[in-house]
Amino acid sequence: MLFSAILMALGEIRRNTGRSLLTALGIVIGVAAVIATVTLGNSATAKVTSDVAALGNNMLILAPGNMKRGPVASNATPFELADVTAVTREVGGLTGVAPLSSKNELVVFGNKNHSTQLSGTTNAYFAVRGWTVASGRAFTDSEVSSGAPVCLLGATPKTELFGGGNPLDASLRIGKMSCTVIGVMESKGKSTFGQDQDDFVLMPLAAFQRRVSGSKHVDQILMSVSTKRATSSVIAQVQSLMRERRHIASGTEDDFDVRDMKEIANTLGTVTGTLTVLLAGIAAVSLLVGGIGIMNIMLVSVTERTREIGIRLAVGARGVEVLTHFLIEAAVLSLFGGAIGIVFGLGGSYAVTRAFHLPFAFSPSVIAIAFGFSATVGIVFGFLPARRAARLKPTEALRHE
Amino acid sequence: MSPSTTPLVSLRAVERVYGKGDATVYALNGADFEIRDGEFVAVMGASGSGKSTCMNILGGLDVPTGGQYLFRGVDVGSLDADQLALFRRHYLGFVFQGFNLLKRTSARENVELPLVYRKVPRKERRERAREALRIVGLADREEHSPSELSGGQQQRVAIARAIVSDPLLLLADEPTGNLDEAKKRDIIGLLETLNRERGITIVMVTHEPDMAAHADRIIEFRDGRVVRDGAVRAPGSDAV
Repeated sequence: MLFSAILMALGEIRRNTGRSLLTALGIVIGVAAVIATVTLGNSATAKVTSDVAALGNNMLILAPGNMKRGPVASNATPFELADVTAVTREVGGLTGVAPLSSKNELVVFGNKNHSTQLSGTTNAYFAVRGWTVASGRAFTDSEVSSGAPVCLLGATPKTELFGGGNPLDASLRIGKMSCTVIGVMESKGKSTFGQDQDDFVLMPLAAFQRRVSGSKHVDQILMSVSTKRATSSVIAQVQSLMRERRHIASGTEDDFDVRDMKEIANTLGTVTGTLTVLLAGIAAVSLLVGGIGIMNIMLVSVTERTREIGIRLAVGARGVEVLTHFLIEAAVLSLFGGAIGIVFGLGGSYAVTRAFHLPFAFSPSVIAIAFGFSATVGIVFGFLPARRAARLKPTEALRHE
Repeated sequence: MSPSTTPLVSLRAVERVYGKGDATVYALNGADFEIRDGEFVAVMGASGSGKSTCMNILGGLDVPTGGQYLFRGVDVGSLDADQLALFRRHYLGFVFQGFNLLKRTSARENVELPLVYRKVPRKERRERAREALRIVGLADREEHSPSELSGGQQQRVAIARAIVSDPLLLLADEPTGNLDEAKKRDIIGLLETLNRERGITIVMVTHEPDMAAHADRIIEFRDGRVVRDGAVRAPGSDAV
């Protein structure tokens, strides 16, 4: 009976294609909106997580100043290379420690120039940030220790200055110094927030300190934590080491900050997750509105089909059968709308992820939920019209024009 | 039909009252008659005479407020809405003045409708619907929708729908009312054939004497009562 009732409902929908499409439109939009927001939200979360992972595997960043009190305090003592050595020697559970000092500089090659972030570091930087040299080579140990005027280009300055040409062994002018290109880094593309991650030039820290910044300061110390160690215990080690080296009395706040990139990733993930839930909630409201649309059309349809109901009653349909008939019709209609909505939602979010270079986070559970939800909407909102149909008196229904 | 001691239909002082107090209207005010298996009865009367109310009660679409309506000895008046639906489903067939076919639905599917509610399997449903359409002479119109059929053809489909479930009683409410002369003769001829050749018991409401003349017996209503109940004198002769 159920099967033939579903067939009957499908027949009814086929006979009234136009009206059925209009009826289901609300559900189509609602389901498409829910699917699209959830899929795009998941895609954004995945992108944020992968972007932060791209900053470095299990990376900690040690910087002077205290984030809790605001941006980098100008009076905080900067780090020096000795701090890097101390961290390397004294803190257990680290797989790499790299100093990093940066400054915006104009890089000139021939008649082209490009303003970029110039950083001084060591070879440990590549391992800490999980970044590889695409062509050419990394620094040699002697280049690092002597501060040789050599540099590695990010993909952006390479393109800006050399186009398709070969940058290796070319001589760049940076401020008053000239420096030989020894390699080009692989490209990481844009981050979630549209920041170009490839816009930089790297040189040995000693060269940077001597010829660019003119000081022995190290802006940041990057550390990568072994996956076998708990990040919190490593952070505690770094903090106590730094408090000791910087002679901070107990009871006084740190004048430095250890940032855990994984935690930032988790925080960002939570933020995008919350946004997704919020947007999906708003989208769900449109699904509700779609349900009310179905109810409206079904009510009109019951009035319009009063005579048909009369005929069915006359040939022996019981009230409960008329009720089931209309309920199934509403459910089939909204499932039909749900199916179309799923196609549109997935198609739309696929197009958007493509356009914004996001990963496409397909989630089968969302589809199952959307499908179940649209069936529920159909049954809940189909109930009132169906009950009205079932309660019609045969004589009155047959007399209806 | 097999001679049975119990009449198929038996009405005893049946009343149908609408409204209360001063506004009380007696649509039926003590109707008494019996119908036996195989009869072809014409019900006549002016509008408001109670003939339509009587049809609704005979068809289980309405219940008497007084008196008794026995169908094969069962008191139909005591049935609830669901039982009435089952009563209609299993024992009755309806033909209406306005055809009452489902729109945008093929003739065959229309005829299948009563069988759907009888839970007849698909294949058998289809076969029986085809057979019923063949009986009414529409074997070649199975897949036409009502809008593609003439009035006479639509009424034939309606008759096929009424007989497809082999009802004990076929109720026809002004079946020729919406048709022109030629079609009227067609339809009344078909009903007559169904009665004579297939033994289907028919109760037909009509206000046209020449249609009533095709029946075996005429029951005439006036003011909610039966004022005349008798055999038709001679086929084709004037009956009033």
